[in-house]
Amino acid sequence: MKFSLIKKCLYLLAIMLFTATSYTSIGQEAEKRIPDFAEENGLCFKCHGHKTYNYYNEWTEQNVRERMNPYFIVDSIEFYESNHWNFQCTDCHSMDYENFPHDGELRMEEKPGCLDCHGGDDTYADYHFEEIEDEFQRSVHSDKHSVDFTCWMCHNPHSYKISARTSENIKEVIVYDNNICLSCHADINKYQLISDQENPNILEKHDWLPNQQLHFANVRCIECHAKTNDSIMVAHLIQPKELAVKMCVECHSQNSILEASLYKFQARENRNKLGFFNPSLLENSYIIGANRNYYLNIISIFVYGFTLLVILIHAFLRIIIKK
Amino acid sequence: MSEKLYLYPVWVRLWHWSNAILFIVLIITGLSMQYSGTEMKFIRFDIAVAMHNIAGVLVTFLYAIYILGNTITVNSKNYRIREKGLIGRMIKQFRYYSYGIFINEKPPFPPKKNRKFNPMQLVSYVIVMYLFFPFLIITGFGLLYPETIFPTVFGISGIQFTAIFHSLLGFFLSVFMLIHIYMCTLGEKPSTHFKSMINGYH
Ligand code: HEC
Ligand code: HEC
Ligand code: HEC
Ligand code: HEC
Ligand code: HEC
Ligand code: HEC
Ligand code: HEC
Ligand code: HEM
Repeated sequence: MKFSLIKKCLYLLAIMLFTATSYTSIGQEAEKRIPDFAEENGLCFKCHGHKTYNYYNEWTEQNVRERMNPYFIVDSIEFYESNHWNFQCTDCHSMDYENFPHDGELRMEEKPGCLDCHGGDDTYADYHFEEIEDEFQRSVHSDKHSVDFTCWMCHNPHSYKISARTSENIKEVIVYDNNICLSCHADINKYQLISDQENPNILEKHDWLPNQQLHFANVRCIECHAKTNDSIMVAHLIQPKELAVKMCVECHSQNSILEASLYKFQARENRNKLGFFNPSLLENSYIIGANRNYYLNIISIFVYGFTLLVILIHAFLRIIIKK
Repeated sequence: MSEKLYLYPVWVRLWHWSNAILFIVLIITGLSMQYSGTEMKFIRFDIAVAMHNIAGVLVTFLYAIYILGNTITVNSKNYRIREKGLIGRMIKQFRYYSYGIFINEKPPFPPKKNRKFNPMQLVSYVIVMYLFFPFLIITGFGLLYPETIFPTVFGISGIQFTAIFHSLLGFFLSVFMLIHIYMCTLGEKPSTHFKSMINGYH
């Protein structure tokens, strides 16, 4: 048969590609929680859960329908999935909001901060709220805009849920955490709440990073921008841009900084049974330079050595015997 | 040999040497990325990545030329394999390399027109050029455009899977190159084959 070995090679190639690509993964399901105040909150969601709301106008004695300010819409599904799912709206907001139209002075009510509830509470000792507060105070955001920039800027009061600590899926954590930053850094409307400056274009500012899309899907902004702290899970000390990580090898090397940040709680042993360095990195992504296989390394050195040895012996014999 | 055989047309020679140079660049930058570290700075990581990408794309163009050339020109005749008795012929060639060569036997399959390779050369070139090389290129492009890779393969990250394959293939090919270069010294004189690959004549 003409060219048949070539054809066999090509078939083999096709089969390998096919089997390699025909495996996919399966998702998991979340558990359901039943909130205690669904009924009370329903009163607020009646208006704040929709794009439009209705009320009875006593002056004109008519039912009217109006548009809800999009920034005042609270997604009920997200709310009940959040950390503070089992709250009543009026735990954080004044009881007077039950009346409509809301009293104009209510907008001036002081909102509770995280530390008002979580400060000094042993239940949350693990989270080190005080230390986070301290780091936040020293971060660029707080440094420059201490009063306007509160924890709520990043932790949406109606949807924030912890993910880095609980999620099995690192990719989801990365998306979730990056969206927090991008909610301002990619959205001029929210950015302007804080600053009148022009919002720097994130994609352009990170031009120097090749495979940008891949990187942003596989590392969080804080990996490069926040100073890691051993006692807290998510570093909050966002540093000035001059101090951001720019050296590729900080991640792309065996002592990758990711082991101390993104993969902090997954990082267990240095080398696992299969002989991979940084196994926790490995489960989810392949970071050139950071995960190498110990045994493959040894084998490859051995194979090179053996090949060279055979070549040397052969060459030696040729010289000796042939003359 | 008095009669001069024209075995390596110009395009093969040009292909071959550009391919070899790019291949060496790929191996060096590839190793440098794989063993990157904060302390060892052989080639700066981002430069290594850029060089590796460029060389990879160029080598793919060359590969296309190689395939094209070996489809439409007469050089393809050299790549025909008669499967009947192939094993026997390979054993014969192997015996020559491991024994006969030392006692000044004549090579069993000296190059002639349209059969410039001996059976072992032929099989190894075909496997390397039609199995390993395309796979190396495909996995390489997968890594260059990771959005084309399936997110998970056999339960692990698709990129990871592809990257391991890519490095393994690169490793095999670098071993091939080592052996290949040595084998090329086994001509009438150690320099014979190299000269052929430069001036085209055997
Ligand atoms: C009948 C519809 C309706 C109901 C019911 C309603 N709201 Fe409102 N709410 C509005 C509208 C319209 C606005 C924006 C205009 C305004 O401030 O009055 C608003 C504004 C607000 C604001 C933002 C005030 C500001 O300016 O910062 C808060 C907070 C709020 N509502 C909380 C609540 C809570 C909590 C409940 C449930 C106890 C509730 N609302 C029930 C219609 C409603
Ligand atoms: C854990 C405390 C908490 C709970 C529970 C809570 N809110 Fe809020 N809410 C806040 C804070 C804090 C703000 C101010 C956010 C800011 O300053 O960015 C706010 C702001 C608002 C606003 C104004 C939006 C804005 O951007 O100014 C509305 C409307 C609102 N809440 C409605 C609700 C409704 C409806 C519920 C119940 C489903 C609810 N809230 C439950 C803490 C809470
Ligand atoms: C009004 C009081 C109050 C405020 C303000 C508040 N929290 Fe909470 N938080 C709670 C309570 C109560 C729980 C427990 C909820 C539960 O387990 O059902 C909780 C739970 C949490 C949890 C743990 C969730 C879990 O499943 O273990 C985190 C993390 C958290 N809050 C973060 C914050 C952050 C960050 C802020 C500020 C942006 C904040 N909280 C503001 C009262 C509050
Ligand atoms: C610049 C944005 C930003 C600000 C401001 C911010 N945080 Fe966070 N915080 C994050 C991100 C991102 C996470 C990671 C969320 C996740 O994946 O669970 C986080 C997580 C947390 C967690 C959970 C950490 C854990 O151990 O699981 C706590 C608690 C927390 N923040 C408290 C605060 C407090 C308190 C403040 C204000 C003093 C604050 N944060 C301000 C971005 C911010
Ligand atoms: C691989 C590390 C890395 C990642 C990941 C990263 N950054 Fe950066 N970022 C940098 C470096 C380095 C600079 C400084 C660039 C310079 O000065 O040329 C910077 C600059 C910035 C700046 C300042 C721009 C300016 O010039 O004013 C902002 C804002 C910023 N990054 C936000 C983000 C956000 C948001 C994310 C996540 C989506 C992110 N970064 C992800 C490394 C990173
Ligand atoms: C509420 C909006 C908001 C959010 C959310 C936010 N930022 Fe910012 N950030 C700003 C603003 C506004 C500035 C500009 C500060 C200034 O220079 O006045 C800024 C500046 C920065 C800078 C540049 C500091 C410098 O040296 O110029 C970096 C880096 C940065 N942010 C990173 C992050 C990261 C990482 C996150 C997510 C964890 C994040 N930001 C979330 C509003 C935000
Ligand atoms: C904050 C850590 C971090 C930094 C800094 C970083 N990278 Fe990466 N890089 C990653 C991670 C994580 C991946 C793996 C993505 C995956 O495949 O899951 C990656 C993947 C890559 C890839 C592989 C693309 C592919 O197709 O598989 C290249 C190339 C790369 N990085 C180059 C660079 C260069 C060049 C720099 C410096 C300019 C750099 N990286 C800086 C974390 C980083
Ligand atoms: C510096 C490195 C290299 C040297 C010195 C070298 C040397 C040679 C020589 C002397 C020949 C002619 C002898 C023969 O036909 O067997 C040859 C042929 C060949 N080499 Fe190489 N080579 C190198 C790298 C490579 C690489 C990296 C590849 C492929 C990945 C390769 C593939 C081939 C092929 C396919 C032929 C046969 C070409 C033909 O005539 O059609 N070589 N090489």
